[in-house]
Amino acid sequence: MTRWLSNVFRLGLKELRSLWADPVLILLIVYVFSIAVYSVATGAKLEVTNAAVAYVDQDRSALTGRILGAILPPQFKAAEEIAADEVEQAMDNGRYVFVLSFPPSFEADVLAGRKPQLQLNVDATAMAQAGNGAVFLQQIIRAEVAKFVSRLDETPELPIDLVVTTRYNPNLNSVWFSSVMQVINNITILSVLLTGAALIREREHGTIEHLLVMPVTPSEIMVAKIWANGLAIIIAAIFSLWLVVQTLLQVPIAGSIPLFIFGAALYLVSVTGLGILLATFTSSMPQFGLLALPVLVVMNLLSGSTTPMESIPDWLQFLMQAAPSTHFVSFAQAILYRGAGWNTVWPDMLVMAGLSGVFFLIALQRFRKTMATMH
Amino acid sequence: MTLAPIVRLSSVSHRYGATCALDDVTLEIPAGCMAGLIGPDGVGKSTLLALAAGVRRLQTGTATVLGGDITTRAHRRSCNHRIAYMPQGLGRNLYPTLSVYENLDFFGRLFGQPEAERRARIDGLLRATGLDPFPDRPAGKLSGGMKQKLSLCSALIHDPDLVILDEPTTGVDPLSRQQFWDLIDRIRAERPAMSVIVATAYMEEAERFDWLAAMSAGKVIATGTPQEIRDAAHQPTLEKAFIALLPESERQGHREVVVPPRIASDGPPAIEARGLTCRFGDFVAVDHVDFQIGRGEIFGFLGSNGCGKTTTMKMLTGLLPASEGEALLFGEKLDARDMQTRQRVGYMSQSFSLYSELTVRQNLELHAQLYHLPPEHRETRIAEVLTSFDLTEEADLRPEGLPLGIRQRLQLAVAVLHAPEVLILDEPTSGVDPVARDGFWQHLIKLSREDGVTIFVSTHFMSEAERCDRISLMHAGKVLAMGAPQELTESKGAATLGEAFVDYLRAAADEDSAAGTAPAAPAQPAAAAAAAAPAAERRFDPARLWAFARRETTEILRDRMRLAFALLGPIILMLTFGYGISFDVQDLSYAVYDRDRTAESRELLESFSGSRYFSEKPAASSVTELDARMRNSELVFAVEIPPGFGKALVSGDRPEVRVAVDGAMPFRAETTRGYLQGVAGAYLNDQIERRYGRTVDLSAASVETRFRYNQSFKSVFSMVPSVIMLMLVLIPSMMAAMGVVREKETGSIANFRSTPVTRAEFLLGKQLPYVVIALISFASLVLVSYAVFGVPIKGSVAALLVGTLFYVLATTGFGVLISTFTRTQVAATFATAVVAIIPAVNFSGLLVPVSSLEGGARVFGLAFPAVWYQQISVGTFTKSLGFAELWRDHLALVGFAVLFIVISILALKKQEA
Repeated sequence: MTRWLSNVFRLGLKELRSLWADPVLILLIVYVFSIAVYSVATGAKLEVTNAAVAYVDQDRSALTGRILGAILPPQFKAAEEIAADEVEQAMDNGRYVFVLSFPPSFEADVLAGRKPQLQLNVDATAMAQAGNGAVFLQQIIRAEVAKFVSRLDETPELPIDLVVTTRYNPNLNSVWFSSVMQVINNITILSVLLTGAALIREREHGTIEHLLVMPVTPSEIMVAKIWANGLAIIIAAIFSLWLVVQTLLQVPIAGSIPLFIFGAALYLVSVTGLGILLATFTSSMPQFGLLALPVLVVMNLLSGSTTPMESIPDWLQFLMQAAPSTHFVSFAQAILYRGAGWNTVWPDMLVMAGLSGVFFLIALQRFRKTMATMH
Repeated sequence: MTLAPIVRLSSVSHRYGATCALDDVTLEIPAGCMAGLIGPDGVGKSTLLALAAGVRRLQTGTATVLGGDITTRAHRRSCNHRIAYMPQGLGRNLYPTLSVYENLDFFGRLFGQPEAERRARIDGLLRATGLDPFPDRPAGKLSGGMKQKLSLCSALIHDPDLVILDEPTTGVDPLSRQQFWDLIDRIRAERPAMSVIVATAYMEEAERFDWLAAMSAGKVIATGTPQEIRDAAHQPTLEKAFIALLPESERQGHREVVVPPRIASDGPPAIEARGLTCRFGDFVAVDHVDFQIGRGEIFGFLGSNGCGKTTTMKMLTGLLPASEGEALLFGEKLDARDMQTRQRVGYMSQSFSLYSELTVRQNLELHAQLYHLPPEHRETRIAEVLTSFDLTEEADLRPEGLPLGIRQRLQLAVAVLHAPEVLILDEPTSGVDPVARDGFWQHLIKLSREDGVTIFVSTHFMSEAERCDRISLMHAGKVLAMGAPQELTESKGAATLGEAFVDYLRAAADEDSAAGTAPAAPAQPAAAAAAAAPAAERRFDPARLWAFARRETTEILRDRMRLAFALLGPIILMLTFGYGISFDVQDLSYAVYDRDRTAESRELLESFSGSRYFSEKPAASSVTELDARMRNSELVFAVEIPPGFGKALVSGDRPEVRVAVDGAMPFRAETTRGYLQGVAGAYLNDQIERRYGRTVDLSAASVETRFRYNQSFKSVFSMVPSVIMLMLVLIPSMMAAMGVVREKETGSIANFRSTPVTRAEFLLGKQLPYVVIALISFASLVLVSYAVFGVPIKGSVAALLVGTLFYVLATTGFGVLISTFTRTQVAATFATAVVAIIPAVNFSGLLVPVSSLEGGARVFGLAFPAVWYQQISVGTFTKSLGFAELWRDHLALVGFAVLFIVISILALKKQEA
């Protein structure tokens, strides 16, 4: 056992040296955890932000002015006026997601109680914003019309006072969410690619054969790759969380960071294991690249780090339970945002540890087999 | 030899970083003869040949080749088809998955030969080289000797006037070597004007050349006929003459190799094979091999390439399981899992297999640790090995830059570091120069005679075989003969071991082809058929582009796994995403803590439970419980109704109802809040209806919301076109990215450098097949989107098709671009994955409409083709658009495609640095 550990340790050090000697890989790791995290976190937001609104105003009344004045950032960009015949084209080329059309004598009709209809055109291909944005716009319009009618600067009351508070991220600042999720997604991409490529490179250069003639077992080689690449990535990820997420983007982290790091380490074991597993199914880099891409994209988009798990059909949610990323995203959100502790996250961690074991065993099996049949 | 020299170099120097490969070389190589370059590894032979062939850029000095300045592009262009260059390494410029015929056909096409001419030439060459029985065998499955013959054929297919061969026979068995030179002689007899320049490490081969230049440390130390060189050094053989001519410092204290007699030892043999057999499918690589090797014996293993030597050695090390028979080490059956036996064996594989990113010392340290030498002895042992193998100076260098001879010494040092009792060495001296080889053997003999180490070594050098105690000849998986070198020579009545060996092989080969073919027919005078080479080389020749495209396509079609991933991957992803990515948030779980428990509170709660968006969980009994359940993500929101709610409601006091929403995922929280507003509105209407018995519309105006393009507001209609966008950027760029960089790694890029093909032809030819694959993939995706998801193309099909074509041109162009800038496939895979995934997923309009992107993200997005195609894809699928609305996007995509390719063409250098 000590022999096993010592071999794993030595081989891992070698792995780190090899990584360090490759400037391209180092550069990519740095890029992925710095610029890429920053630009995705600040640039791409799923909730309604900066939605582009245009309007056609055939009324030009005080009421339409009030409604338009209530369409405010950060959810919406200031509404822009377009001509009635431009609507079609403006929506076709995706310049605006929402176009409001006020009919002539809109205000007069409202005051006369004729209940005029105003039209809200929504580009339904912009799924993420269309639904919520339309709801918000309807609320704004309803509230402004009601205020205008009652001549009071107050909204009419519901019989109850529905106080909706938002926990953990009171202002629904999406940077809080997407920055951390981006770090998680990048951990996935790098772990799978780094370890898988490391194995294939050793195979293509014949060094793995050399190792197997020595008193070294396949399990030692695999575990060494897992710990070394995992360590490199987790260090990069911690720096990213600390410098980019906490310092630069000012995202508060609610829960225990050591617990998160422990979980992330566990996650790394399983994804690096997955990288090795994928590598044992392919015989060259081009094949590995093509196999790894879809796996990575699925893990990034369907684990709950981009779109909510609730919107995924049940059968797919069930399948995604086999992806370690689903569990990682789940407990990372619990720890980092909701301040959850060990009591809450242990089931996810347990499942992930189980998955790591399964990946590892299959990979070991495949590894032995592919080495034996290699020509 | 009154002709003008074919190659004239004056004051040529060449450096790689800090190392100087050629040092002020001035040399005239005579035309119309066989000129040889001899010398140890790393003295600059390959550099010199590459400069003469015009595949490497000249740094300083002048080089005149075929009467013109090779540094000018115009001259290179005009004499390109008159030069043939065969790089170092077994079959390095061949394509392993292509058949013999296809390989040659490809080269023929590169030189613009029409079909009939190609066929005639290939037939002639195959017959001349004896390769005609196997035109359909993949090049990768040929033996080393056959690979080199095929390589030579590909060099000769266009009747060059100057043939440059860089160590063509290194690592090739003696029989094949002899055949190779006979072949060259025959061809030269037919085309006496042809000049041949060869670099070689085999001195006995150099004896048959017309003219030689001996090189050492970047300088030419002697020129002349072999006779002149021998005379000048007063030595009987060229090998000895060469060593004598070396400056003292280079000789490294070289002395004659003397083998002291072996003292036989008792005990079981160190290595024993009993009926050892190995099969790969139907192919029998090793066929019932038996031998015994005594302790301390040096046992040589000889045989043609691919005869099973390496496989036998691998079985003895436990790397390969034996299909049949058994291997014994020290009288015990070999158990691959037994770490103790591994401790007793040292192994050196055929190719360099140490870590090139670690220094010499670090490599030794790693091995010392893995063999668990006692820590206190490690350093002394490493120091000992470094001195005894003369590696002290190189201890802190990385092996990459070291000459082959030194690298092989390092491999041997590593193999003996743990003082094994058995050494298994697979062609340890292949490609190593004579001085280094002799030094290497001094070590082996010392290990055997002084330390009693058993050595099992394979080699192609007869001079080395003669030093073995016993040798075994292997052919086609079987042992032909075994015994002391002397015995074997005598048994065939031959003068030398080499002759005896060739006799044995010939006898075996004749048996093989008993039914077979006539001995190699004389080469067809293919030259006669050849019309004069095209007078003016065309700047852009579609035929050459086509040659590359054809070849690339054949290679992809042979790699079934890659093809399957490329075509099935996108469909599987389309299915997962089409079903999986959705913004229709439903089943939001919530729980209630009702502290009122009146009819009024239940009425309010009914409106929550009645919503199709919410899914109710068991009620809670405290606020802390709600908190805890929300924390472990069981609940998305929690409702708390205060005590006295019912009373307050009835009295019109507007009781407060608290709802806490989990904001961890802002998008979900926002949607939830929207739904809650809706529920509240519904509740209000409900109350009014109860109270007044009729519905009252309180609003003074109504909003008519029209979801355009997707009336039912289903995610799938926007997801499907977006997935097509995503798939057509990821997969094609990844495939194309491997194109150029793979050739760089395998070495076949040499064909691009040494043939008349231009950069544009090369890159476009490589890109074309991936464009076609991407279009096929596109067709399959459209089919799936219609058949499975019922998403039809509402707009202009033509606009979509044209847009797709431009898009895949751009994305494959992007891959090619990455490929020209990276050096390894690993780096290319990474760069493509990382650079493409982030903008394609985040900034393309897939998740967030482009109109909402801000700042850097917007620029980032617009600078990548994905966002433009997203407009076309979504536009034609769901918005019923056509060219009139989308032409700008088409234009942008064409721009990307052209830009990527132009940058790639400019960045790819036809000559190596």
